[in-house]
Amino acid sequence: MLILRCPYCGVMADETELVPGGEAHLKRSGPGSSDDDFEGYLFHRENPKGVHFERWRHSAGCGKWFHAARCTVTLEVFGTYPAQVTEPPQEIREAISSKRPGWSWREYE
Amino acid sequence: MSEPVSALAGARFDGFAKVEALPPRGMVTVRGDFESAALQAAVRSAVGIDVPETGRVLFGVGTAIAWLSPDELMVFCAYDAVPEIVVGLQNALADTHALVVDVSDARALFRVSGLDVREVLAKLTPADVSPNALGPGVLRRTRLAQVPAGIWMTGESAFEVMCFRSVAQYVFDILKGAAIPGSEVGYF
Ligand SMILES: [Zn+2]
Repeated sequence: MLILRCPYCGVMADETELVPGGEAHLKRSGPGSSDDDFEGYLFHRENPKGVHFERWRHSAGCGKWFHAARCTVTLEVFGTYPAQVTEPPQEIREAISSKRPGWSWREYE
Repeated sequence: MSEPVSALAGARFDGFAKVEALPPRGMVTVRGDFESAALQAAVRSAVGIDVPETGRVLFGVGTAIAWLSPDELMVFCAYDAVPEIVVGLQNALADTHALVVDVSDARALFRVSGLDVREVLAKLTPADVSPNALGPGVLRRTRLAQVPAGIWMTGESAFEVMCFRSVAQYVFDILKGAAIPGSEVGYF
């Protein structure tokens, strides 16, 4: 069972109070992009064994979307952060580095 | 003028805790930027209470304001005080990006009370309902079994529960089930 701290309410929200929103920090490729980029945006997702970044919505709470960084193997949560960012914040990356030295995910490390 | 009717007028259950459907109460949603001086002033003058901090509910004289999300408040008041409060807020916020809506008839309210009231809630929500986490002045939005709800303390051993009107019967039934005599867990 996953428990995430909602960065807006500050409450520890049980997984069943949340709705998963898939992979975080997708870069949109829309009209005018190449077929390959558009295909990647629509269909290609990370499936890591370890560090992962996801979107979640506090659906039974404040209703807001937020981000979570966690480990898919141990369910350890490295941190949660608001939705108004386009990449993982520095403090989250540092928190991961202290637990999983040498980690990388997409272009981030 | 038609008579306001609550979803489950007068329904009650006496188990190891008491579950009561509450009569109609005024509820006004306010959405906007809490940092804005205009919104803070509008709320203070129309309701007489300040904008509460994150996750909190503040009580006034016959009124209350709850923090529901980073841009959403719920004002509680007497049912017949709603028009005045809505107009007061709307006028004060006319030049501000904000929303004021009367949602009194869209919600149902319950009162759950008794010495073991936390037992009843704990059976239905994944939220921490211990006195440390859910004490006076906290409003926790969470789920009760399968539907969203808000829970806050209104007395020594009494809580109020808010849910959508369309699930009022469901919420009453699950609260009833959780309060059936003999089903105390004895955790709290
Ligand atoms: Zn939240």
